[in-house]
Amino acid sequence: MKSIKWLGLILFSAFSLCTEAKSVHVAVAANFSNSMKSLVTEFEKTSDYQIVLSFGSSGKFYAQIKQGAPYELFFSADQAKPDALQKDGLVVANSRFTYATGRLAVWSARPDFSNKIETKLKKGAFNKLALANPKLAPYGAATLEVLRYLSLLESTQSKWVRGENVAQTYQFVSSGNADLGFIALSQLLGTKKVKPDSYWLVPDYMHNAIKQDVVLLRSAEKSQGAKAFLDFIHSNKAQKIIAEYGYLVTLSSHAGQGL
Amino acid sequence: MSLTDGDIATIWLTLRLATTVTILLLLLATPLAWWLAKTHSWFKGPLSAIVALPLVLPPTVLGFYLLLAMGPNGAIGQFTQALGLGTLPFTFWGLVVASMVYSMPFVVQPIQNAIEAIGNRPLEAAATLGAGPIDRFFTVVLPLAKPGFMTATILGFAHTVGEFGIVLMIGGSIPGETRVVSVQIYDHVEALEYAQAHALSGVMIVFSFVVLLLLYTFQRKNKAVGMTYGR
Repeated sequence: MKSIKWLGLILFSAFSLCTEAKSVHVAVAANFSNSMKSLVTEFEKTSDYQIVLSFGSSGKFYAQIKQGAPYELFFSADQAKPDALQKDGLVVANSRFTYATGRLAVWSARPDFSNKIETKLKKGAFNKLALANPKLAPYGAATLEVLRYLSLLESTQSKWVRGENVAQTYQFVSSGNADLGFIALSQLLGTKKVKPDSYWLVPDYMHNAIKQDVVLLRSAEKSQGAKAFLDFIHSNKAQKIIAEYGYLVTLSSHAGQGL
Repeated sequence: MSLTDGDIATIWLTLRLATTVTILLLLLATPLAWWLAKTHSWFKGPLSAIVALPLVLPPTVLGFYLLLAMGPNGAIGQFTQALGLGTLPFTFWGLVVASMVYSMPFVVQPIQNAIEAIGNRPLEAAATLGAGPIDRFFTVVLPLAKPGFMTATILGFAHTVGEFGIVLMIGGSIPGETRVVSVQIYDHVEALEYAQAHALSGVMIVFSFVVLLLLYTFQRKNKAVGMTYGR
């Protein structure tokens, strides 16, 4: 009996904690997770609101939001899902904007590949080429555009291994199973161990810009916390952090452009 | 129902994988189950625990460790490379090995239970009648433990068909090689192709129901032997 009382007390205090703290539930695309953690740390220094993060794929978040998931903000990996949500009428008008533009990098975990990534790729001198599934991930779609630009589409196809997202693609390379992989630059800059000569930053003229949009969801229309956090994302401080993680920030000229 | 050629290819691949895994598992699990049923060794406990681990561990944990272990720097990877086989991730045979680990308890445990249920008496009787060990296995153990083997076969097959987390971690979604039904459904959902996801999921639900119906109908017929599993 005593233990049940204790359990009750713990549960009660847990519940009361939840209601006391003004929390904001935010869904974040996997590729932005490193940057988002830094952003939240910075935001919470000066704010009473507490940001509760969920990381995952944009496709899953889209399905969950349509079914009434309690997220207030959705940081997508692309523009297609925010677009679709907008058409479904689940987005607050004028809330949508591009918070970051992703950069692609070709990375290898093999020490003997350092400084030779671009050559190895163009010569086809590798066992496997990891890429995010082009059907699902915007970084994967951009990868195809780069391979087409370099006329490597056909010659490399038999060596492709597809990750469901960039996070898994990163795993294929870091575990040594694939010699090369197209991943997000943000993933490399988020981990301090990675040396600059272990990757090749793909010039951005080789593919369409990987624009990532955020939306305020209609169920959170009145959420002051969500609005405060969006304001913070607009701030110079936040923009600087996003840029440090390897994204292009073009926010000032794109703000509010979504509608 | 509108299944694309890609969808149908994943169904065939899944059936090929499940069949291969089930056959290999029956060959491997039978001696293992026999040993576990008969031994008094201190090692029975630890080995049973290892066999049962996939029941408890999330498939993503198994998949992640298999990806590392079968990779070029992992123990299994070093071994397969030394044999000149290359590395296993992103290959059909890599999925076979991973699925065998994952489905092992579903095959070992029913067979082990069946052998334990037979007890020593029929075997001793057969021995006094002059039957050798191999003869005893095929004429006494196999017929008496048949329900256990049937359960093991059905569960092993069905469980491999339903596998997702491990395949996602070590598969690489290569058409005709590692892109199985569960991964294809996931891809459809992620790409917002809900109609195609529905069609393929419908096939999976019907399939799973029929398999389980077979299993339980079969178990009811054999109730006298005391062979029930999963209820």
